[in-house]
Amino acid sequence: MAKEKAKTSGSTETTGHSWDGIAELNNPLPKWWLYTFYATIIWAIGYWIVYPAWPTVSSYTKGYFGYSQRERVSEDLAQSQAEKAVFRDKIAAADLEAIKADPELLNFALAGGAAAFGDNCAPCHGRGAQGGAGYPNLRDDAWLWGGTLDAIHQTIQHGIRAEDDQTHMSQMPAFGKLGMLKPNQVSDAAEFVMSLSGNADDEEAAARGKEIFATNCAACHGPDGMGNQALGAPNLTDQLWLYGGDKATIVETITNSRAGMMPAWAGRLDPATVKELAIYVHSLGGGQ
Amino acid sequence: MSWGKHDILERSPMLMFIGILIVVSIGGLIEITPLFWLRSTIEKVEGMRPYAPLELAGRNIYVREGCYLCHSQMIRSLKDEVERYGHYSLAAESMYDHPFQWGSKRTGPDVARVGGKYSDEWHRAHMIDPRSVVPESVMPGYPFLAQRKLNYKDIEAQLKTSAIVGVPYTDEMVENAKVDLETQAGKNTADLEAFLARYPKAQARTFDGNPNEITELDALIAYLQMLGTLVDFASFDESGPNLR
Repeated sequence: MAKEKAKTSGSTETTGHSWDGIAELNNPLPKWWLYTFYATIIWAIGYWIVYPAWPTVSSYTKGYFGYSQRERVSEDLAQSQAEKAVFRDKIAAADLEAIKADPELLNFALAGGAAAFGDNCAPCHGRGAQGGAGYPNLRDDAWLWGGTLDAIHQTIQHGIRAEDDQTHMSQMPAFGKLGMLKPNQVSDAAEFVMSLSGNADDEEAAARGKEIFATNCAACHGPDGMGNQALGAPNLTDQLWLYGGDKATIVETITNSRAGMMPAWAGRLDPATVKELAIYVHSLGGGQ
Repeated sequence: MSWGKHDILERSPMLMFIGILIVVSIGGLIEITPLFWLRSTIEKVEGMRPYAPLELAGRNIYVREGCYLCHSQMIRSLKDEVERYGHYSLAAESMYDHPFQWGSKRTGPDVARVGGKYSDEWHRAHMIDPRSVVPESVMPGYPFLAQRKLNYKDIEAQLKTSAIVGVPYTDEMVENAKVDLETQAGKNTADLEAFLARYPKAQARTFDGNPNEITELDALIAYLQMLGTLVDFASFDESGPNLR
């Protein structure tokens, strides 16, 4: 059809361009296209009137609707806060035990805590709070700095070895690196530490390590190795290990020490969210 | 169209070129020039300072490795983003970025306020093998960063270059660039006070867990740990004293 038309182009205007005798037809734009184009122009004028559009010297035309992305987000946040305020205000005001005792508040806190955990805590402690090497499992009943509601709340607020005045602070000495213990003493001490949980391979070395433990380690980990939550010193008699319970890892720990760090969340998350997190973490299974 | 005058433009490349230039300039003038005067784009906020040398070196590694291809540094003013990442980003927060690291490509999360959110240890593990800490992550590992010594021979020149394009590095900062870089990486503590006076809120320590060497990982973690930490949003007020 088009071919035929081109042959008999006498009636249609051409653009006047001609290459080797081939001319270009100057057909009018399709009507539907042209009118759509005009409509978009009219739409644009309407847009200028109702929405922010034209810049002026130091400002811009605000438009009839007065739309502002920043105001919009403030409103959205205020609205979402207002919707949650019924529970959040109570959570912010109530103490942790009271929240736990109120089934409605508890439900809300657990849901909020789980959501906040996913973004803020899961990268280290894992999606299911199962922890990993260097990051404590929050589902068991071994707690470095205490597993009561208040202790967990305190830890989340101020962190561990974080930049915060009230953060948990303690530092295990790097016994091997600082030369406080010789390599063979470190090895013996490690063997004794393993014997505390019934994992010693070399009873003789463990016996030698006993005294080294008593003079160097017992001050924090306790004479029987049960640990001390006030100092964040882990219990060494159980089968739970933060960095690993094999000989090589324990030797590494005694040689270079460990000092895990957890950020303080009090400034980053609002107080109600921190409380929700405390309740959520406490509920995971190991809370005391 | 029966308007035949466009013939004149279409038949002369030079005229066409000038015509295009004029049309594009009008668009540019209207769209770009007001940004130099609009209050919301030139607002200044308290707390912003130029990058400390180690942070700048880390930023260069961030750009070199193409982190921006998956991570944006721009929290949009949308409810969901503000609830997850914190206060929406302000133009002033990228005023010392050349080039800025905004974007909308988010294969990974936004990192505009990642500073202080995780420990150095986590960053280390995550850079070396992301899936060791985040099993569902699709981020590639960057284990070589921990092994490569940071090349900072030209750090003074980098500061100077930034100064040319408008970053307010003082002569003092340029002169002390190397010392400052080493101070922040925990190599020496003698100049710590002077360093902190030059770069308030800077964090100085061994970032990569290896106190013997300044590696590229040191620089990158130092950069990540400062992102979004300069402006105190607890006291930020849309129209208040934070806006000058």
